[in-house]
Amino acid sequence: MANKRVDQPTGTETVGHEWDGIEELDTPLPRWWLWTFYASIVFAIGYVIAFPAWPMIHTATSGVLGWSSRGELAKDMAEADEGRSEFRAQLAITPVEKLAGDPDLMARAVAGGRAAFLVNCVQCHGSGAAGSAAGGAKGYPNLNDDDWLWGGDMTAIHTTLEHGIRYPGDDETRFSAMPAFAGMFDDAQMDGLVSQVLSFSGKGKANPVGAQIYADNCASCHGPAGQGDRNFGAPNLSDAIWIYGSSREEIARQIQQPRMGVMPGWSDRLDEGTIKMLTAYVHSLGGGEELIAQPETDTPVDAQVEETDVPE
Amino acid sequence: MQAESAIGRVLLWFGIMLLAGLAALLTHDGGFAVHATIVALVAFILMWMSAGRFDPTGLDPAARARGFFKMPATPDVYDDDVIRWGAIATMFWGLAGLLAGVFIATQLAFPWLNLEPYLNFGRLRPLHTSAVIFAFGGNALLATSFYVVQRTCRAQLAFPGLARFVFWGYQLFIVLAATGYLLGITQSKEYAEPEWYVDLWLTIVWVAYFAVFVGTILKRKEPHIYVANWFYLAFIVTVAMLHIVNNLAMPVGLLNTRSYSLFSGVQDALTQWWYGHNAVGFFLTAGFLAMMYYFVPKQAERPVYSYRLSIIHFWALIFLYIWAGPHHLHYTALPDWAQTLGMVFSIMLWMPSWGGMINGLMTLNGAWDKVRTDPIIRMMVMALAFYGMSTFEGPMMSIKTVNALSHYTDWTIGHVHSGALGWNGMITFACLYYLFPRLWKRERMYSLRMINWHFWLATVGIVFYAASMWVAGVMQGLMWREYGPDGYLVWSFADTVAAMFPMYVLRAVGGMLYLGGALVMSYNVWMTLAGKLRDEAPMRDAAYDPEADRPLPAAVPAE
Repeated sequence: MANKRVDQPTGTETVGHEWDGIEELDTPLPRWWLWTFYASIVFAIGYVIAFPAWPMIHTATSGVLGWSSRGELAKDMAEADEGRSEFRAQLAITPVEKLAGDPDLMARAVAGGRAAFLVNCVQCHGSGAAGSAAGGAKGYPNLNDDDWLWGGDMTAIHTTLEHGIRYPGDDETRFSAMPAFAGMFDDAQMDGLVSQVLSFSGKGKANPVGAQIYADNCASCHGPAGQGDRNFGAPNLSDAIWIYGSSREEIARQIQQPRMGVMPGWSDRLDEGTIKMLTAYVHSLGGGEELIAQPETDTPVDAQVEETDVPE
Repeated sequence: MQAESAIGRVLLWFGIMLLAGLAALLTHDGGFAVHATIVALVAFILMWMSAGRFDPTGLDPAARARGFFKMPATPDVYDDDVIRWGAIATMFWGLAGLLAGVFIATQLAFPWLNLEPYLNFGRLRPLHTSAVIFAFGGNALLATSFYVVQRTCRAQLAFPGLARFVFWGYQLFIVLAATGYLLGITQSKEYAEPEWYVDLWLTIVWVAYFAVFVGTILKRKEPHIYVANWFYLAFIVTVAMLHIVNNLAMPVGLLNTRSYSLFSGVQDALTQWWYGHNAVGFFLTAGFLAMMYYFVPKQAERPVYSYRLSIIHFWALIFLYIWAGPHHLHYTALPDWAQTLGMVFSIMLWMPSWGGMINGLMTLNGAWDKVRTDPIIRMMVMALAFYGMSTFEGPMMSIKTVNALSHYTDWTIGHVHSGALGWNGMITFACLYYLFPRLWKRERMYSLRMINWHFWLATVGIVFYAASMWVAGVMQGLMWREYGPDGYLVWSFADTVAAMFPMYVLRAVGGMLYLGGALVMSYNVWMTLAGKLRDEAPMRDAAYDPEADRPLPAAVPAE
């Protein structure tokens, strides 16, 4: 070819072409490059023999190792299940209220419950289970404290998890409704009622007008001293925990247009073992109560519904 | 004749304006109405220009040629006007795309920056990716391909009118795509978000691009086709094929933005990643290797290292790349056999990719001192180093066991950006620094020292970016799959997001540094175009002979 010359700095001959001043050297392929390329091809050939690779008419070659991604997953899951099978069997025969009596079983249930909580519950209650207390939207209970709307012993938590709260479609769901008092009181009355509510927790002065309204309309569920009633999920008004806020405006709003949370029942989505483990985890967070503290949990749910259906 | 054709043109634009206006009025789709209005506006401007350029005497065709589109008056010069526009557009879209990137990086660290609805992350993210890949990268490829194909064929650009249509048509595509994202118009295919009518428009523009490029090669006065042109041609042809197949869709209506893909389920996913991976392979690799193959030897003033390597690695790259897409779908519903093939083709792709790096870097044999003295060479060397790094990382991440850790994590984002910022960005900046003084007939850039500043800002920016995303990605992958002693997952998804906050902040800082470098470049370019030279200690630059920079006269016969 024309115009071949030896390039001085490298001592290599050029190919002889030239484009806009650009020449090309006739350097052979770097050996290490070529052999690495060959090696990658050899690896590829070996790999497609070993693993599923070549599409045929109905299915693909399955590879001499017999590996498949679904098979690998099934194997991993089976191994994990195997490792937990004894625990799961033990869990299945232990009633939820007896779980705490076996510290080892309880500890493993708490660990499993935590994992299930991180997948299913954190969306509302937060990854630390602090609910609205973590700074998000109001209305999601903090599960770390000892303030329980519907009860905090193992059985009560288990019932809440199984059937949910105000969960449509579940006949046994925990249900109550606070009536809306919008338009029932004038401004002065409302102001007095808010003061009265705040007085239970020492944040305001008792108000005679408010006290009368409270006694007539609120005490039946929230109790004469605002201590709440777990049979109706009626919040305790005498502590420092306010699920929808503690300012005068927020309390007034909650009286006039009450918001009430909904929690799904999990019995149709999670197996009984997982619900037990979740119960153990939630109970272990700090506010779990002894079972004997709640003698009234036997109150039929239907009775609660009937009582709350007629608010006035 | 003159008057008739002028009136015909005006009427054509008027008709298009009327049709677009009518479409805007008739449609029930707000986004479609906005786009139809944009088209009507463009038609109005063109109508107005056609009327304004009408020369009733009809005696001065040269005056028309000197008009806005600056057709070349004689055949003995290169047709560079569209390249000048392209270089400026590359700078402009580059800044826009980097700014969008910095903003969405900051949004990830500070979610309150999501300004609903137009400036939320979901709409700005495709704006960022399309702006940097298709607007910045695409304009760089358009401009450099027109520049390189003329010089290496020693021939003037074929179809000058069509070349201008390609440039302005491509800008319209960018504007329609970008405004569409902000309005929420998307077909939800990554890197192929624009809807059916924008896709159709791009297809027309792309066919015109192909015609101009191949037309110029056909009228070449050199006996052989230079390697850069093989890569450009592979890029143009393959992108056309990818774009058409992946965007096969049925519109809901002719006055509606929505469409439904021809494919569904895992077939749709496979088509999408066949497209997506080869957008990387042929747009961001083959096209940019073409730039490398011309501008590196020109700036280094050295012969290309190995002709044989360029042949072998070109064909190996072209053949292997097209099969590698399924590695984006490891451990999904895609059948195992397709995943296997995607992985092994990616691994075989390692050396062919590195062939380009070797040929680029080793071209500096005999001129390595220029890395120290020439800031543009320094940028090119860094670009090739990042190219080599990300084309090693890519095959590694395609290995299923590695992918099991890296997939869906920010490691992928880090990988993409070491390629995009390091390779595509740096090589584009270097080529632009080569082009601006030559296109505007300046002695040199306003300041070579500022190129050096740009180099360091960009390099440190990439290091911040890639390192933080590697750490974030590996941490995220490990947290996602960490099991406690009892076999339960340890972390919730929100835990992993919270853990990445410092990495997200560092990434945004890296992006800001990179954007800062581009701003230094803009100032440098602005002053260069203004004809100024900064008074500074000299640095090396490649020689330029304006006399030699023209097509060969027709009298010289081809070999």
